[in-house]
Amino acid sequence: MSDQTPGHTPERPDAGEEQSVAATPPGETGGPTVREQERPGVLQQILGGSALMSVLAVVLALFIGGLLIAFADEDTREAATYFFARPLDTISAGWTAMAEAYVAMFRGSVFDWQAATFAGAVKPLTESMVFAIPLILAGLGIAVGFRAGLFNIGAQGQIIVGAIVAAWLGFAFDLPPVIHLLVAILGGAIGGAVWGGIPGVLKARFGANEVIVTIMLNYIAVYLISYILKQPGFNPGRTGQRSPAVSPDATYPLLVPQWLWPDNGFRLHWGFVVAILATVFVWWLMERSTVGFQIRAVGANPAAARTAGMSVGRITVITMVVAGALAGLAATGQVLGTERSLTAGVAASFGFDAITVALLGRSRPWGTFFAGLLFGALKAGGFLMQSLTSTPIDIVLVVQSLIVLFIAAPPLVRTVFRLPDPDRRRRRKAGPGTTPQEATA
Amino acid sequence: MKLELQGITKVFGSLVANDHIDLVVEPGEIHALLGENGAGKSTLMNVLYGLYDPDDGQILLDGSPATFKGPGDAVSAGIGMVHQHFMLVPVFTVAESVALGYEPTGAGGVLRLEEARRRVREISDRFGFQVDPDARIEDLPVGVQQRVEIIKALSRDAQVLILDEPTAVLTPQETDELIRIMRELKESGTSIVFITHKLREVRAIADRITVIRRGTVVGEASPTSTETELASLMVGRSVSLTVDKEPAQPGEATFEVENLSVVAPNGTVLVDDISFDVRAGEILCVAGVQGNGQTELAEVILGIEEPDSGSVRLDGEDLLGKGVKERLRSGIGFVPEDRSTDGVVSSFSIAENLVLDLYDTQPFARGVSMSPAKVTANAEQRTEEFDVRYTSVHDPISTLSGGNAQKVVLAREMSRPLRLLVASQPTRGLDVGSIEFVHRRVVAERDRGTPVIIVSTELDEVLGLADRIAVMYRGRIVGIVDAKGEDGAPVNRDVLGLMMAGVPLEDAQRQAAEHHSVLGAADLGDDGPRPAAEGETRHTSAEGETRHTSAPASTEERP
Ligand SMILES: Nc1ncnc2c1ncn2[C@@H]1O[C@H](COP(=O)(O)OP(=O)(O)OP(=O)(O)O)[C@@H](O)[C@H]1O
Ligand SMILES: [Mg+2]
Repeated sequence: MSDQTPGHTPERPDAGEEQSVAATPPGETGGPTVREQERPGVLQQILGGSALMSVLAVVLALFIGGLLIAFADEDTREAATYFFARPLDTISAGWTAMAEAYVAMFRGSVFDWQAATFAGAVKPLTESMVFAIPLILAGLGIAVGFRAGLFNIGAQGQIIVGAIVAAWLGFAFDLPPVIHLLVAILGGAIGGAVWGGIPGVLKARFGANEVIVTIMLNYIAVYLISYILKQPGFNPGRTGQRSPAVSPDATYPLLVPQWLWPDNGFRLHWGFVVAILATVFVWWLMERSTVGFQIRAVGANPAAARTAGMSVGRITVITMVVAGALAGLAATGQVLGTERSLTAGVAASFGFDAITVALLGRSRPWGTFFAGLLFGALKAGGFLMQSLTSTPIDIVLVVQSLIVLFIAAPPLVRTVFRLPDPDRRRRRKAGPGTTPQEATA
Repeated sequence: MKLELQGITKVFGSLVANDHIDLVVEPGEIHALLGENGAGKSTLMNVLYGLYDPDDGQILLDGSPATFKGPGDAVSAGIGMVHQHFMLVPVFTVAESVALGYEPTGAGGVLRLEEARRRVREISDRFGFQVDPDARIEDLPVGVQQRVEIIKALSRDAQVLILDEPTAVLTPQETDELIRIMRELKESGTSIVFITHKLREVRAIADRITVIRRGTVVGEASPTSTETELASLMVGRSVSLTVDKEPAQPGEATFEVENLSVVAPNGTVLVDDISFDVRAGEILCVAGVQGNGQTELAEVILGIEEPDSGSVRLDGEDLLGKGVKERLRSGIGFVPEDRSTDGVVSSFSIAENLVLDLYDTQPFARGVSMSPAKVTANAEQRTEEFDVRYTSVHDPISTLSGGNAQKVVLAREMSRPLRLLVASQPTRGLDVGSIEFVHRRVVAERDRGTPVIIVSTELDEVLGLADRIAVMYRGRIVGIVDAKGEDGAPVNRDVLGLMMAGVPLEDAQRQAAEHHSVLGAADLGDDGPRPAAEGETRHTSAEGETRHTSAPASTEERP
């Protein structure tokens, strides 16, 4: 047993190390292992990856998604029945299916060269941006939580509560134009902040696990919205599905107004500007403010943060409030911009997609922004792909899931693309995947 | 196995950490690597262990070249390493830890734990490690955890064992034990590369000594050289190994602890009704074997730990009830015992770590907005002052060598006006030159009229720095003695050693007078059988407290 023949395939200690990090992160950062160590967990490892890894994960996911499209295609399967006689038929059929699907997706999400007008040609891009608004905003919220070491699964619930408050302020009141909008936006943010603050306080005061609490709060929010939509003031059509429309004074104006470009048909609204501003704000918050300094310190090493006089509990609450407020803003993009009323499905799956967005963006503000755009494009493109080709829209979900998978497994992606292990150089003291956080600034 | 390193070069950005290093380790030899902080010792060993790819040079094993793509290759070639910051999964048992990474699997891929357990027992018996295969890692003292690492390496048939600063985290007794183990390993033909900053250990055990400075080999030294010679070879200038200080001019007792007790949630009394005071302009050293309540005492003073009773007063003001931040801001400097857990955020830059506590004060922040330029300027000044060797202050602190990271913590805590300084193991991992510097700074702080508390397990440091010494044992203060008696002679080491084993002051003085010769024989340089140490058994209770039955001061005796 002690002689290590190659056939024995002893785990290379470094490989074992990676695994053990995933299981119970031992933390190579730990010095003398006297007491609790700093443990760079899965989270740190995932967030520590580089932008390149994110891009490669997307490429790989799209490629495998393409294979699935090919295999799901009728023609390909038919050609596959005589694969051994004429293999090229199968391959070319598969290739055609895949190319058609992705071309349709591109036309649905970026630029449609077959459109009659120029406005029609660029409309897909604006649609992607519309879908991206809630993804970016909620993704930023999740990202801030990740940086503090918090798994905030509750964006869904925070979006719902933010949406309820924003919509109610939007249709039930009569305020002067700009003020009405600002009040509704603020209300949405506060609604989300309260819903996010609850798990923060519970964790800080009683040590409750934020994952469990946020998941439970998601359920409560879902039942809350269906209850509220049945209440008289919220239920004009007696369907229990849709609230009264938000007052025009309280909606985001269109970003490209009709007087500037007649008949453009874009749905893109000022919510996108809010998303950009929020990204800039989060960058400033994390990289340039004392609050962000504490959030990062608490996330990376709570013991050292405490020894340096920071209050871990206070930072936990602040982080969750900020995260909730951002999710609330995401909700305003929907109820005050895209849909203009409160609907039962207002949050769609934005709250969960946002987690993927934050992961793909490595929890960096601009990374999250672009990841949100990409996911918006996948959503927008998926619709056209479904209607033009036989490919089901579910393939988009598969691609999204694959992205998460690859991001969670950097060694896999590195192996596929034959990249060197960056940690090997830094492993000496750095925990696997700890990066210079400033580099992203 | 004969190991040769030829022309090993490793470059990090603009920094040449290893510059054409040649090293030969003969079979069955204990080869010590000496060098100042950041000299490149750990880097060289990481190259040898396959963690870094060298930029130039080659490794020869018994004359034939070997390339290691990763530690796996190095391990199968017979090289084992215990890292400066070693890592074990806390919830695993010893056997599981040993099985991890090489996993003797049976049919169906089931982890053959029985096999691993047997192996641990076998190695443990052979070298007298006294390690229980079923003990959980987190329950073991550091010294035993380290032995688990050694077992892990030996179970994979390591013929060359690399020990990177193994003694930095050990108590003197554990060091004794490790030295004994190293001798046994040598007897059985294993060669050992041994890195340490403690010159006495080098002289006691090394067969050959190679000195590295700024990435290059500056020469070999003979184990018979004096410590002073070794020190100056390492640092490149003459170093004073003793602390030069004027007698203290203590003022009022400005820091007072009264009837302080800390009880762990499980009912263990960690700090047991202790009272003492520290006068302005005086250094009080808290001596004792690790794990006798010193950590908790220091943490209560900072406010991370809540006491169950008692009071802590600074300048007449009650500290209890104030937050950690308030205490730090009111002028308490605090150097935590465990640098990487409590002292630094390893993913933060050097500059950020240097403002970890003052990040939101002038001039580093205005309101909530931080000014990176000021943070950088501060870092450049501090690192210059404390001679921290780095490439850029914006690099993560994890790229610093162990000793340089410690200097960052010291620089942060000692460069603002202080009303009280509490430093635990301030010189852990530092080279002799840096120790000299830090000791001078501590004395300067004292001379400025600050009360200073140093918690240390190093008797040398305690004797060099202290004006008064409080010895702790099982949460109690066994006694407080003046570092120098009325006749000006320093306090007897044996007396301190006995007190650290729980013997009250008067008894200790009497016993030390009677048994001096016996203790003197249990000396590090002595190759003969050492019944006291051999027969010594370690009982590890659930609280992780280590009890020692023999006089703990033995290694501290100068040969
Ligand atoms: N991953 C890294 N990236 C950049 N620089 C590094 C890295 N690892 C080490 N260094 C630098 O290389 C030099 C040598 O470091 P090394 O850890 O080998 O020193 P050392 O001799 O072990 O010191 P110590 O006694 O303090 O442990 C240091 O200046 C350190 O800052
Ligand atoms: Mg080192």
